[in-house]
Amino acid sequence: MSDKIYDILIVGGGVVGTAIARELSKYNLSIALFEKETDVASGTSKANSGIIHAGYNASKNTLKGRLNIKSNPMFDQIADDLKVPFNRIGSLVVGHSQEDKEKLILEKERSLAQADIDLRIIEKKELREKEPDLAEDAIVALYAPNAGIISPYKLTIAQAENAANNGVDIYLETEVKKVFHENNYITGIKTNKGKFSGSIVINAAGLYADKIAATVGENYEIVPRKGEYNLFDKKYGSLVNHVIFPMPSEKSKGILITPTVDGNLLLGPNSYVVENKDDLEVTEQGLNEIWDGGKKLYPSLPGNGIISSFAGLRATIPAEPYNDDFKIEALDNPVGFIDVAGIQSPGLSSAPGIAELITKIVDDISKDLKVPIKLQEKSSYNPELDKLPRLDDYKDHREDWHQVYQEDNDYGEIVCRCEHVTKGELIAELKKSLAPLTLDAIKRRTRAGGGRCQGGFCGPRIAEIIAEEFEISPLEVTKNGPGSEILMERVKDIKADRDITYRRQKDEN
Amino acid sequence: MKTKRELVIVGGGPAGLAAALEAHKNGVEDILLIERDEYLGGILQQCIHNGFGLDYFNEELTGPEYAERFIDELSDKKIDVQLKTMVIDINDQKMLTVLSSKKGIEFIEAKSVILAMGCRERTREAIRIPGTRPAGVMTAGAAQRYINIEGYLPGREIVILGSGDIGLIMARRLALEGADVKGVFEIMSYSSGLVRNKVQCLDDFGIPLYLQQTVTKIHGQKRVEAVDIAEVDDNFNQIPETKKTIECDTLLLSVGLIPENELSQQANISLDDITGGPIVDQSRETDIPGVFACGNVLQVHDLVDNVSEEAEIAGKAAAEFLLNETKDEIKQSLEIAPGKNITYVVPHTLNINANTSPLIELFFRVKDPAEDCKISIKDNQEELASYTRPIVEPGEIESVKLPIKLINISSDEIIVELITGGE
Amino acid sequence: MNERTIICLSCPKGCRVKVKANGDDIKDISGHECPQGIEYAKNEYLNPTRILPTTVRVKNGQIALVPVKTASPIPKEKIGEAMQKLSEIEVEAPVELGQVIVNNILDTGVDVVATRSIKEKN
Ligand SMILES: Cc1cc2nc3c(=O)[nH]c(=O)nc-3n(C[C@H](O)[C@H](O)[C@H](O)COP(=O)(O)OP(=O)(O)OC[C@H]3O[C@@H](n4cnc5c(N)ncnc54)[C@H](O)[C@@H]3O)c2cc1C
Ligand SMILES: Cc1cc2nc3c(=O)[nH]c(=O)nc-3n(C[C@H](O)[C@H](O)[C@H](O)COP(=O)(O)OP(=O)(O)OC[C@H]3O[C@@H](n4cnc5c(N)ncnc54)[C@H](O)[C@@H]3O)c2cc1C
Ligand code: SF4
Repeated sequence: MSDKIYDILIVGGGVVGTAIARELSKYNLSIALFEKETDVASGTSKANSGIIHAGYNASKNTLKGRLNIKSNPMFDQIADDLKVPFNRIGSLVVGHSQEDKEKLILEKERSLAQADIDLRIIEKKELREKEPDLAEDAIVALYAPNAGIISPYKLTIAQAENAANNGVDIYLETEVKKVFHENNYITGIKTNKGKFSGSIVINAAGLYADKIAATVGENYEIVPRKGEYNLFDKKYGSLVNHVIFPMPSEKSKGILITPTVDGNLLLGPNSYVVENKDDLEVTEQGLNEIWDGGKKLYPSLPGNGIISSFAGLRATIPAEPYNDDFKIEALDNPVGFIDVAGIQSPGLSSAPGIAELITKIVDDISKDLKVPIKLQEKSSYNPELDKLPRLDDYKDHREDWHQVYQEDNDYGEIVCRCEHVTKGELIAELKKSLAPLTLDAIKRRTRAGGGRCQGGFCGPRIAEIIAEEFEISPLEVTKNGPGSEILMERVKDIKADRDITYRRQKDEN
Repeated sequence: MKTKRELVIVGGGPAGLAAALEAHKNGVEDILLIERDEYLGGILQQCIHNGFGLDYFNEELTGPEYAERFIDELSDKKIDVQLKTMVIDINDQKMLTVLSSKKGIEFIEAKSVILAMGCRERTREAIRIPGTRPAGVMTAGAAQRYINIEGYLPGREIVILGSGDIGLIMARRLALEGADVKGVFEIMSYSSGLVRNKVQCLDDFGIPLYLQQTVTKIHGQKRVEAVDIAEVDDNFNQIPETKKTIECDTLLLSVGLIPENELSQQANISLDDITGGPIVDQSRETDIPGVFACGNVLQVHDLVDNVSEEAEIAGKAAAEFLLNETKDEIKQSLEIAPGKNITYVVPHTLNINANTSPLIELFFRVKDPAEDCKISIKDNQEELASYTRPIVEPGEIESVKLPIKLINISSDEIIVELITGGE
Repeated sequence: MNERTIICLSCPKGCRVKVKANGDDIKDISGHECPQGIEYAKNEYLNPTRILPTTVRVKNGQIALVPVKTASPIPKEKIGEAMQKLSEIEVEAPVELGQVIVNNILDTGVDVVATRSIKEKN
């Protein structure tokens, strides 16, 4: 499989890698994207706050600030094209004292001096109208109407699907081990599935970008900074109407509360450095910390409404000269290597801007490559994805679902009872080019298994549907890749001991 | 796509089945029973162990046998059953939206509705166990379904958290099928399961039960590799020095059931925060006239026999609602509240009219186990009736039968209390 | 002399009944709060028996397994062997409730019967 020669090799299938792949698929280039996990959106892009920041507190002196401000207005079109739910619900930074108020005014003025963003200070009365359940002592807020919420993994998946439709080859379960270069030029990569040739490598490997960069002689370190979350049942999604931030601290925007586009309520994240890049454990301490943070903003937060907890890791480069900013640049040596590293928050909000910037960088270096390329827009490019029917979108006009059902009766069989996902919806996903083979991948695309019972009921059923569709055994279906099989054996294949009822008692005597 | 029905029953478990039969017996001719699974019987079909029916049939049956008695009885009656059909919406006008692969979307306008959707289990998330998120963490009921119905073993080395009956039964079931059950851990100082289940499910197989211990963390990236266990003190605080790690590939959770009331909420029916089920009067009628609730959707029962009895009350009441053209005037309405040492009481209200039966049965749970104690029914400070009990446990629903004539015409609330030895 | 504590299951009290015995020769029984406890402890000491509820594989059935039980209690120490035996059996759908799946299992004189009807796969 390693004979194919590409113009561009992208490492990493997060929101950044896939945004770049999609943007570059406008041009007549041959592009491959490599993701080590079983699905795209398996790294930081699956576990974050999902907020498209308005850009008020990112300074224009930083790359991340500029890219955030530039990208925010681009999301309406992207969401429209890719059929990803996106909602500009606005954000509120909430203050509790006169001192807070002064800080917020200062913040507003500082931001406005840098960019043209819609920002307003609102007082207690208006604040309560917007957020009736907010803590009593909240008296003022900085309101940014253009902030929005999006599903970060749905966006990532849609970008990947759209890129694939436009000719990008996506290799899953393919880990890039090494980048090859000869006489100062990029020549290709080595993966666990063989070698691939190409004269540009775009390093969007998230937490592991430093590892990839090290193979071409770069020397910087990515430090993982953890954030933990609680997700609440849909019942509580309407407790909050905006993205609610506390007063920010030096390091982070603080523990926020927001509705999600799926109608749940999300609380988190905290922020602390961890040692390992695979440390996604939720800790007791962390959960307590975010709980306390949430209670300060919303005293009526329901403790028994939590349906899931999870953690994500920010890929930060604290050291000089990056100082926690993004590191986006083409190397002089070797030519053809482009870093997209240190993409911490607001990386999601900046992804479209990053993709445009990379296109410009690719254009800049195109003539200097080992095999020079030329960016030419292709007429066949289609920015849009088809919208697949979802029962959940037909809440207010169920009668129209009948038509969907009449075309395929599988749309009448509910598989996930908590989230109301039908067999038809599952099979439509399984038929796509980037077909999800794991329960987690199915969950991210359809929400099946992501509801109150967390897949207890529909898990085996979904495994069977996957197995049927791909003609494999249900025992081979995994939660998120090899090693995470959900069913171990068929009953009766292993046997109880003959003396099961008296052996242990005898041991005791 | 749109039809009208006299009575629609949501859920074909033991509650739905008994309610349908009782409504039919009391003269309702147009009944539709809707079940989302491909068979009737609900949770009972996965409870293949014996121990059901001792009260109701005076016979010890397995879950499927208990269910089949009702299913058989139903089969020659004029009761319509729609399987593989899910009720997806209900509104406060008793309009139901249902979906099935046979008929697609249908709208059903019902004159009366009985809610019998049962309950679901609390998950890892609901009790917030820290750690990683690998495959191999599941609820005991899900595992029960895997093993007994779908035919898969969920794991080989098992730790079970929670010593209620479901946890105990699953320990035996897994051991019988060849898995190694490392132990059952219980945060409380007592097991809420029946003694007989502890003897027959754990002791018989040499499976240890650890009280006042809990799982504090889950390890493993892809699959569960181990769990941390710690002892807890009387206030449920973990004692860090007692922490130990147990290797296993599966963690089963048996940590409580929650009534399945998403539909009730859609219909704007008021719920009791403690039971998680609708607020009902003695005929199991919710605050929407003509909508009734019974079985685990109303309160989590430990014995299916009680479910059947409760469902019969609701089925009969639905029949009265439908057939009584001239509604009896309610003479008195009062609330029944849990008092000292009582968690909740069902029914929540009494609506007394000319037809009310002279004895009202009150169901409730106590907060802590007690022996040689007394249940006292009070109107203000005045005791209306009292009932002695040799032993009460939070794990078992208690009941008393209160004669209506004892109730003061002018009172608006009566209270149920548990009085223990020293008082 | 052997001493064992047996929890009486004849009523919800669950008395802890102490049995003292020499081999099968019971010398003393104590700890019961009523006479039923004596009978129970005797049986449980000399010949403990259990109903075994489990499943057997079904071919062409609507579901993969049919639940079964021993029609009456069998000796406790035979349960492991009975499970092994039942794991090797496969029955053909349809199955009727009460249908005998194994006759006289392990020569106990007890039949294993189906506890649910299973229709054929449609
Ligand atoms: C707690 C938290 C909250 C956040 N909240 C927000 C927010 O609200 N708004 C916002 O704008 N941003 C937010 N962010 C930041 C945002 O999530 C990230 O900036 C963004 O997801 C980064 O995307 P990425 O594609 O660079 O990285 P990832 O999503 O991590 O993608 C990198 C991919 O590369 C793959 N990979 C790694 N090594 C290899 C290899 N050798 N071979 C092949 N594949 C490889 C990984 O498996 C991974 O899928 C938050 C981040 C965190 C942690
Ligand atoms: C795991 C477990 C073990 C148990 N063990 C014992 C025991 O050993 N002894 C004992 O006496 N009792 C036991 N019980 C209790 C007893 O089985 C239950 O109390 C009884 O099954 C409850 O009956 P139900 O009809 O209320 O609910 P269920 O049996 O849960 O039935 C509810 C039915 O409603 C259907 N339904 C729900 N929502 C919809 C919808 N929207 N549309 C269509 N259909 C719907 C469901 O599919 C289900 O079939 C156990 C319970 C559980 C959960
Ligand atoms: S000995 Fe008597 S009182 Fe004690 S548990 Fe047995 S039956 Fe009950």
